[in-house]
Order: sequence, then C-alpha cells, then structure tokens
Amino acid sequence: MIGVKGLLERWVFNHRQDESVPVFIIRPSKGLVALNLRELWQYRELLYILIWRDIKVRYKQTAVGAAWAVIQPFFAMVVFSLIFGRLAKIPSEGLPYPIFAYSALLPWQFFAKALTEASTSLVVNERVITKVYFPRLLVPTAVVLAGLLDFGIAFLILLGMMVFYGITPSWFILFVPLFLLLAIITALGVSFWLSALDVEYRDVRYTLPFLTQLWFFATPVVYPSTIVPPSWRALYGLNPMVGVIEGFRWALLGSAPPDPRMLLVSSLLASLLFMSGLIYFRRMERTLADRI
Amino acid sequence: MGDIAIRVEHLSKLYRIGSREPYKALRDTLTAAMYAPFRAVSAFLSGRRSAVQNSPSNSYVWALKDVSFEVKRGEVVGIIGRNGAGKTTLLKILSRVTEPTEGYAEIHGRVGSLLEVGTGFHPELTGRENIYLSGIILGMKKAEIDRKFDEIVAFAEIEKFLDTPVKYYSSGMYVRLAFAVAAHLEPEILLVDEVLAVGDAAFQKKCLGKMGEVAKEGRTVLFVSHNMGAIAELCQRGILLDTGRIVVSGRTEDVIKTYLSQLSDKAGVVNLEEPDINKGIKLKRVAILDHETMRPSPEIDFHSPFLVSVEFEVLKPIPQLSLSVRLVNQYGINVLFSWLEYQRPYQPGFYRAWCEIPGELLAPGRYYVDVGAEHYRLESYHYAPKALAFDVISTDQSFDCSLPGWGVIFPKLKRGVEQIKGH
Repeated sequence: MIGVKGLLERWVFNHRQDESVPVFIIRPSKGLVALNLRELWQYRELLYILIWRDIKVRYKQTAVGAAWAVIQPFFAMVVFSLIFGRLAKIPSEGLPYPIFAYSALLPWQFFAKALTEASTSLVVNERVITKVYFPRLLVPTAVVLAGLLDFGIAFLILLGMMVFYGITPSWFILFVPLFLLLAIITALGVSFWLSALDVEYRDVRYTLPFLTQLWFFATPVVYPSTIVPPSWRALYGLNPMVGVIEGFRWALLGSAPPDPRMLLVSSLLASLLFMSGLIYFRRMERTLADRI
Repeated sequence: MGDIAIRVEHLSKLYRIGSREPYKALRDTLTAAMYAPFRAVSAFLSGRRSAVQNSPSNSYVWALKDVSFEVKRGEVVGIIGRNGAGKTTLLKILSRVTEPTEGYAEIHGRVGSLLEVGTGFHPELTGRENIYLSGIILGMKKAEIDRKFDEIVAFAEIEKFLDTPVKYYSSGMYVRLAFAVAAHLEPEILLVDEVLAVGDAAFQKKCLGKMGEVAKEGRTVLFVSHNMGAIAELCQRGILLDTGRIVVSGRTEDVIKTYLSQLSDKAGVVNLEEPDINKGIKLKRVAILDHETMRPSPEIDFHSPFLVSVEFEVLKPIPQLSLSVRLVNQYGINVLFSWLEYQRPYQPGFYRAWCEIPGELLAPGRYYVDVGAEHYRLESYHYAPKALAFDVISTDQSFDCSLPGWGVIFPKLKRGVEQIKGH
C-alpha cells in the first residue's frame, strides 16, 4: 500500500471581511474522512455534465440510438416469456407472463447496468482522475444516474403494455418512486464498493459478468418471490433487489403485496450497502490517483 | 498573510518504484493474509524481525522530500528539474489529485490545474460539447462558459469545426481548442505542467502571452517546463528540484544556470544511453573535438574552430537517414542547427559523422548539444537532447557576451571601412 497514511482534505473557508478567498489545507489524512456533502453540492454542475456525457456518448455511434433502451428489455421479455412462461410454466401471480417479466426487467436492467458500467467507471476515467481534482464519488454516481434515462424510456413501454393488457393501476402507484429510490440506493452502494475495489483489484471486472448472472437468478425477475417458502423470505430479502422488484411489481401491477419483513430487510440492507460503500469509497479516494 | 498564495512546508511524497502501484490480484491479497501469521511465526523463530515489513522498504522512493517554499500572490514561479525530479508530483499534490505522505500545504484561492492538454475531452463529442465538458471538469461554471464561449472559439480559431466531433480534428486544432478552454480559466492560482511543449510556435506564443496576462491580473502561476526560454520569459522566480528536493530557489536566470550546469559532465565526450525503442539505429557517442589535436575537449577557445562528432551504429538497412546537430545556449535558445547527414540510405555497420564549426562564431558561454537520427519529417530513430555540454571561452577578460544588447552569436564577419569622400 502506498500513500500509507492517506489524505484528509478539508475545506476551510475563511470569511474575512475584505475578501473571500477559499483556503485549502493539504496534509496526510488520519482516520475517517468526512463525507463532505457541501463539497458535493458545489460540484453539482460537474455531476450534471458527467451524466450528460455518459448518455450522449453511449448513443452517439449507435444506429437506433436510445431505442436500445427499449430493445434490450423487450427482447429479454420475449425470450423469458417463451422459456419461463410457456415452457417451464413458472407462475406469474395471475399476471400475463410478459408484463410480469417486463415490469421486473426494468429495475433489474437499471441495476445490472450500474453493476457493470459504474463498477469499472473509475478505471475508465483514469486520465481525468490523475489530472484534475474533483470528488471522485461523482464518477460512478453519474453512470448510475445516467441509467435513469433508459429506465424512463422503457417505462413508457411498460405503461403501453398495461393499457394493452387492461391493467389499471391502483393508488399504490404512488409507491413506485419509493422503490425506484431503493433501486438507486442499492445501485449506488454496489457501484461505490465495486468501483473502488476495481481500482485495486482488477479481478473485479472479470467477476462482473458472473456476478450479474448470479444476482439475476437470486432476484425474482423471472419468478415470483412467493415460490420462496415464507420462513425463508426475510433471509431472501438480504438481496436488496428482491425488495425493489417485488415492491415495484406490486405498486404498479397490483400483484401480491411483498412480505413486509422481506421489504424491511431489503431496505435496511440497501442503506447499509450505500453507507458502507460511501465510507469505503471515501477512504480509497485519498490514494486513488496513485493506484489507478 | 494576506499576500501569500501558496505555502508549502516539509512536503514529502513516498512512491513505490515504477511510480504507480501495479494492481494487485485479490487472490494474492487473500493468500498473503493467510500466510501472514505463519510468516510472522517463522520470522520470530528464526530470530529475525518481521520479514514482511523489511522486504518492501527498499522498493519505495521519495518522489518529493521535505520541500518547503512560499509563493506570493501574483507571482509566476517556474519549476524546473530533470525527469523524475518531482515537479509533476508537486503539482499533483498542490492540485489535490494526490495526497502528500508527510508535510503540509496551504493554498489561498481556487486552483486550476493544467496537467495535460485537453483534460476531460471526449473524442466522440463535438468541439462545442467538449468546451463545456472540459471547462466544467477544469472548474468553470456553466454560466461562465456561456459568457466566454465566443471568446474561447475565437481564441482556438475553430469556428467552422465547432460541431464536428473532435476525433476528426487535426492534432493542431485539438491542441488549440484544449488550450483555448484552459486559457479562459480564472482561478486565483494556476498550476501548469509542460503543456506548452505542444502546438505550433505561433500558438505557443499566443498561450505564453495569455499566461503573462493572467499574471498581470494578480493571479498566481506555478509553471513546470523543460523549455528554459519560456521559463525565462514568464517567470520572476524559479525553483530547481532534483530527486525530490529543492536544490536552489531564487532569480530565474540563476536557477536556470544552475540547472543547465548540473545537466552534463565536462569531459567533452559522452557515451549515450540505449534508445527506448530500437528502430535499427543507435547513436553511440557524441564528442566535441579540438580542431588541432582531434581530442575531446570540454572547452573551446572562441577563436578556434572545432568539430562535433557523432558515432552511430546501423543495425539494419535504413532507406533514408538524416542526422542533425543542434547547439543550445545557457538561456535555452537554439543557436545553431545543421545536418551531419541528409536523407541517404545506410547499410549496417559502425559510422562516425562530423561537422566543423568555425571559430569566432559562437559567443563565449555554455552550449548543449542535441543530436538526432531520423527519417526527416517522418520518424525519429534516436534522439539525444542535451547529450553533452561544452564551453566556448575567451582569454580576453573584457569580452563579455552576457552584456545586454549582444546577440546570441558573435561572428567575425567580412568587414571593411572605406572613406567615401573627404571634407
């Protein structure tokens, strides 16, 4: 390990009357690093432009552009409906299987994209990171938030499908943003952990496809969580995406309400993942430029 | 206190050799953790202190060691030194890209750092888009860029290509745009690393002018460069670093002199290091030869001619070889450039090329010899800048070329005075 002690950067503003020149103190850091939300706020424009860049660049060279946001989940839905719905006859809580799968695919793909793209984002942005200072937290955050656009586009298709299948949402639909927030928090937490780990251990990027696949089957995308025995559901909720997807499906399509214990465990775990990821990332951030 | 911009106290930075950590495999860390207790036990049993702690200590190096200085507001300070002297590390710490291992620095004001050309540029995006992207990454506000947008575009001279992705830009256009963005940063403190080494001469001049303006506006600039001309022109004060320590700090001219004198030995001959990439030709040896004795000499009398000799090895047939020699004076000015060979094919073997430089041409002072082997304008085979140094001396004590108003050369010309008409 180099950099040994690490760096604590603190903003110290001296508000003298005559001038308001910010003073930065640079010294090796000790102990926990403050999260410094104020600094993040000051860099908000950078966050916006990084999000904008990620979106812009992603679709710049594609022929159909943002249509990819729809094509991917749509074809996944078709394949799943055939294999899991028709052939394997997996129950879908009384819902038509395509919409059952599609409604779960939206938050899942949002999360999976964060998992694969945000986790490698620091290494991908190595050049900028070693040349100029800004809170590095913004890099994975921007990638995660950029995924919301795809989510939004694909969501419109979902609304169309609801009309097609004649599903009228109840007032539970008001909970949708809440579950989306839970998805964002989970995605951010995982990205903070993995992107920081990826800098030190390039193994991370090789485990990502495998991890994504494993996580997919541990999440009720192609099957309902009700096939898990009730006594196991709280444990099942340790995967925060379980709470996200079951909640999302319930709020939108009126499927069976998710087990409250399972939801609680999922929410707690998402928060834990987020907070610990934040702390770990901040610790790594001090010596990031030397390791990357 | 009010007029201090940067205060650095005992700043040190420890790096692992190779400057960056090779990335670790998770497996290695896990196995190391597993074996650690056993190793500690075996080390204890064999009476040694922990081998785990001993082994890495010698693979670390101080990139910066106990560096202290102050920069006043509005000062332009040049930082010079050989490669690996710690210049870039210093800028990286001050711009908060990386942390110091020890010590303390205090910076009064917003910092803009230009450690490369085109920070944050994305090749897929257009010139217009990159102006915003790079500007914001470098610390500008969007409103600020909106305001300066036309000025930036005009400075870069790329109006027509504003909506073309920068990956289609020529390198010149790319550099100009990158600079134009950087030149419009308005932080209180600007940290600049070597970026002026690119771009054509006219544009470099424009950038230097812009930096001069920046300094006049009372902003502080810390400027790292190998271009002594630019340092001399821009900076009021210099800091010379060597292997992470400050060697000297003070008046720019004095610091540059110390740097250049430190650069090479005084034998009059030098064996060159192997080129980084073997391209079929190696420059082996450069010498300054006395005209009469034909022996290497580090000192040449002003009145005497002398020879520059370059020995080289050709390893494979070279279709077009050009050899160049350049003499640079102590102020970093290119005084003389000439070909030792120009665009001729070569078969493998050892060769010596030479040229004679007449007496009574170079003004007394110190000179540095750059030699290069290339396929002219296409490819550089081997380039050895500042391969060696020599002094042109004059026994005449009253002869002082460092007086202001003299030229970089002092040639003896064919001359005459004739009376045109009497009274």
